[in-house]
Amino acid sequence: MKAASSTTDVVRGASTRRWRFPGHVAVFIGPALLIYTAFMVYPLIDSLRLSLYSDEGMFVGLDNFRELLPGGRLSESFWNALGNNFVFFAFHFFVQNPVGLLLAVLLTQHLLKRGKGTYRTLIFSPTVLSVVIVGFIWQLILSPLWGVVSTPLLGLTSTALPTLALMSVWQFVGIPMMFFYAVLVGIPEDLIEAARVDGANGWKIFWKIIFPLLLPMLGIISIITYIANLNAFDLIYSVQGALAGPEFSTDIMGTLFYRSFFGFQLQSGSTAMGATVAAAMFLVILFGVLIYLFGWAKRVETYEL
Amino acid sequence: MTTNTKAAGGTGRARRGISKAAIHGVLLLYTALALGPILLIVMNSFKTRRAIFNSPFTFPNSETFSLKGYETVWERANFVRYFFNSFTVTLVAVALVVILGGAAAYALAEYRFTGNTFLTLFLAIGVMIPIRLGTVSILKLMVKLNLVNTLWALILVYTAMGIPLAVFILAQFFRQVPQDLKDAARIDGAGEYRVFFLTIPLVRPGLAAVAVFTMLPVWNDLWFPLILAPGESTKTVTLGVQLFLGQFVSDWQAVLAALTLAAIPVLLLYIVFSKQMLSGITQGAIK
Repeated sequence: MKAASSTTDVVRGASTRRWRFPGHVAVFIGPALLIYTAFMVYPLIDSLRLSLYSDEGMFVGLDNFRELLPGGRLSESFWNALGNNFVFFAFHFFVQNPVGLLLAVLLTQHLLKRGKGTYRTLIFSPTVLSVVIVGFIWQLILSPLWGVVSTPLLGLTSTALPTLALMSVWQFVGIPMMFFYAVLVGIPEDLIEAARVDGANGWKIFWKIIFPLLLPMLGIISIITYIANLNAFDLIYSVQGALAGPEFSTDIMGTLFYRSFFGFQLQSGSTAMGATVAAAMFLVILFGVLIYLFGWAKRVETYEL
Repeated sequence: MTTNTKAAGGTGRARRGISKAAIHGVLLLYTALALGPILLIVMNSFKTRRAIFNSPFTFPNSETFSLKGYETVWERANFVRYFFNSFTVTLVAVALVVILGGAAAYALAEYRFTGNTFLTLFLAIGVMIPIRLGTVSILKLMVKLNLVNTLWALILVYTAMGIPLAVFILAQFFRQVPQDLKDAARIDGAGEYRVFFLTIPLVRPGLAAVAVFTMLPVWNDLWFPLILAPGESTKTVTLGVQLFLGQFVSDWQAVLAALTLAAIPVLLLYIVFSKQMLSGITQGAIK
């Protein structure tokens, strides 16, 4: 259907419009393009450029990046933060997705006649809160001072990162739930009915029919989560501070970026190193996007229903 | 499906009852997990310090009720100001994203012009790459423009951040407006701008979806207020709460009250508009 409408567009465009870039198009697009270019695209490109310069403005090639590699000044923090960030993402991928899917499946059951909307609204509500608020809510609840939980989960190097990741999952599980829900309600009843008539049970119907239809959405959710996780900062900063304690066990790319740019305690801030860490984050995100585009989106079949 | 189970008779009905109870059970349990922590905070913000620690799980009663936390917040933090700042930034940024993004989306969907495909790809950059990665340059730019510690710094950044996704979503909506309708208006002598204004009411669901998508990240953001506008007069609620909580970390009554004050307006707004919000998210997901 999309293809059809764009062909008519081409035909219409070619036959009725002589101007290739009429004045009113510029009026429609100009303001949005201007703000977007000046405050987003230019800074992104300029940041990449700055990663090749020293703080004094000298071109230093890839020297700044050498600081991130073994032997470099930031090497230890960088690889620690990157590893922690992947752990942080893994918790989202392996906990948030299945829980979100389970909730979405339950919400689309025919047996569930009443309360569907209410459940959805209530379960989604933590998502609308600021990460800062969520961080503090859990910090209070998990505080041994209050005594609801006796182990200082946020204070131990072994448990702090998983705890923070699960706090984030708790907040955002509504997003995969809603996205999966949107796909599930779009699956035609006939399809399920036909399988049932052919003797397939609920379990088989789920894995053989519904799950393949969900895979493209699983990919989309995962890449969105991946980008958001690599970009995360607010939660760690408000719960553990810029030093991402204890002993940097919760340091992720966002907090490392902040410290490299602004400096913290003994470490002095640096524009060049801030830009370099940002460029490294860009590469890591690009890596994930490429895996998604060529490793997932190409292989997973999308079905038109 | 219903006929099948009816034919199976009494045992079928009993089984259905059990599955139904199980579904409700799991959903109720999860709802409690989602809301419990928030309720716990709100409930305890109205209690005395002693009651907060001695009986965190009970509702405040005449003996344990206390507003001392709220008094501290009122005296020590400029919350009215913070709310005003957040409100201004969010409102202006969302309005700019919807208006400017809407116009650009219309042009992309409606006209074939040189650079149409290039523009689409150019905007895709902004959907894929988080704007935070450009922070070093954004700060330099704002210093140069003399906009540090002004609300304009935040508004401009959030507008730029919201535009690409808004254009993509709205272009999908504009493409669904029947061509005949626009052509009929053109035949009646309407100019291109008039045709644009005529199509706007037809994409209202799209505009609502975009407003939702744009609003929450702006209101809740900590990063840019912290870096671009940390001054007392330009603090947003998120930053204000963050700093207040850091400072008063041992005064539990004040901390609980501040958290409640920051969370309740957003939650109320969400409950009122939840239908539009959730359908906006669903539509955005499918587009």
